Amino acid sequence: MTADAPSVVSIERVVKTFRTGVTALLDIDLEVAPGEFVSLIGPSGCGKSTLLRIIGDLVSPTSGTISVHGKTAHQARLDHDYGIVFQDAVLFDWRTVARNVSLPLELLGWDRARRRRRVAELLELVELTGFESSRPWQLSGGMQQRVSIARALSFDPALLLMDEPFGALDEMTRERLNLELLRIWEKAGSTIVFVTHSIPEAVFLSTRVVVMSARPGRISDVIEIDLPQPRGTATHEDPRFFELVTTVREALAVGHGDRSVRDAAPAVEEL
Amino acid sequence: MSDVPVEARRARIVPALGRLATYVLVIAVLWGAWEGYKWLWETTGWTWPFLVDDTTMPHIHDILDAFRQPVTTGGPALIHPLLDAAWFTAKEALAGFVLGAVIGFVLAVLLVHSRLLERGLLPWVVGSQTVPILAIAPMVVIGLGSKGVEGWKAVAILAAYLTFFPVAINSLRGLQSADPRAFELMDSYASGRWSVLWRLRVPASLPYLFTALKISATAAVIGAIIGETPASIQDGLGGAIVNFNQYYSLQPTALWATNIVCAALGLVLFGLVALAERLLLHRAPEHVA
Repeated sequence: MTADAPSVVSIERVVKTFRTGVTALLDIDLEVAPGEFVSLIGPSGCGKSTLLRIIGDLVSPTSGTISVHGKTAHQARLDHDYGIVFQDAVLFDWRTVARNVSLPLELLGWDRARRRRRVAELLELVELTGFESSRPWQLSGGMQQRVSIARALSFDPALLLMDEPFGALDEMTRERLNLELLRIWEKAGSTIVFVTHSIPEAVFLSTRVVVMSARPGRISDVIEIDLPQPRGTATHEDPRFFELVTTVREALAVGHGDRSVRDAAPAVEEL
Repeated sequence: MSDVPVEARRARIVPALGRLATYVLVIAVLWGAWEGYKWLWETTGWTWPFLVDDTTMPHIHDILDAFRQPVTTGGPALIHPLLDAAWFTAKEALAGFVLGAVIGFVLAVLLVHSRLLERGLLPWVVGSQTVPILAIAPMVVIGLGSKGVEGWKAVAILAAYLTFFPVAINSLRGLQSADPRAFELMDSYASGRWSVLWRLRVPASLPYLFTALKISATAAVIGAIIGETPASIQDGLGGAIVNFNQYYSLQPTALWATNIVCAALGLVLFGLVALAERLLLHRAPEHVA
């Protein structure tokens, strides 16, 4: 990442007020450079998922501007710039694994042979070769989420938006998928915006952690994660890793304003 | 090693035998209940809630025997005209079923895409079902008859009238049933309405559709049978019921035999839908209704 590279995502003074009158986001400014891995972290209700949806043009901001590759978010969506991964895999029950992965390619009008080649490549990438004709409900939660990642990567979107993708998984599966995601990110060279509840996950994966606070949702701190790349299991034992986890935890506590650190703790996952 | 296939075969055959045994048992119990009730009421002379004799409750073996007996002296066994009638009614019911299912589904697709249509049209769709089919039957049959439409086609339309409603209501629900994030996902691919309908809404609605089709399969048979009566169509099961009603005191078993054929026709249609569902739906076991 170079400081003066043109931004992939550029957010200026974005405000989102829901019809109920609740201000979900207030004056959000954020730049994401090409190849960055940015995590949004914060307590429930801080608007981090809403911000992700605003970037993806699934929700429109009340005011402020957002551009993706210099285009409006809307145009970027029409141009298929986004790959999205949700907390649940959201696979289509009526399709096989292979046909779930190739869904976006079908919509893009790829021919069958080209689709099949791409699906084989992707399933190899997420280590699910051999499961082409399985049904989603025959797979474990971790495998389903890998299918959903393969689907999001299928058309090489410039920007990967991930909304707590590993939040519903057990700790072991989560750590393994974290490693896999880093491998994929390094290989594909995409830019990732990643929403999470977990401090260690955010520190382990990201190049930058954006700390948000609630009521109204604001960016309270941005922390550069200067852990060496590529990261791996050894990163978890790096003293710098623990320092950064502590930094993020303290930033979250400050974001809670008058409330004590202990009060803030239940809202975010412990290490 | 070699006993694995045997095990597998046993795993398939044993439940099948179990199911068969259950069917036999249920039939035996029903048979016993009928005959036991009849015997008890006849020997004790009880008349509450109704007098039991060979007219009100014929022996089951007599009912089954009626299939083999000719209705008129020298005529064919009852089973033959009944099967002809069943085929005739099946044609009406099937045509009505298909017509009603298509109308119901298309209606649901229209309603799901327009809040305005849903608000404006849905009360009329619901209202249509509060009008008894017996009140509509003469209008449809005579109205279409004057335009030269054959009687059985008019009856098919009545069957469709009963079919479309459950299909429309259930499909509407089914078309809205997909996970909201699945819609977001389709949005993120910038897919159009048609693509969302075809790739998400319709497949998601299929379990709901099949539930409705199972209800409609039997409703279509009822609609066809009832529709024949005011249309004065003699060739179907409705005609047979009216006919054997008039001779009930003389030959009660003929009407009972006709009822069995009506029920069997409904079951066959239901079975066809259930079979289609098994062949077409590959869902998680808990999602198959």
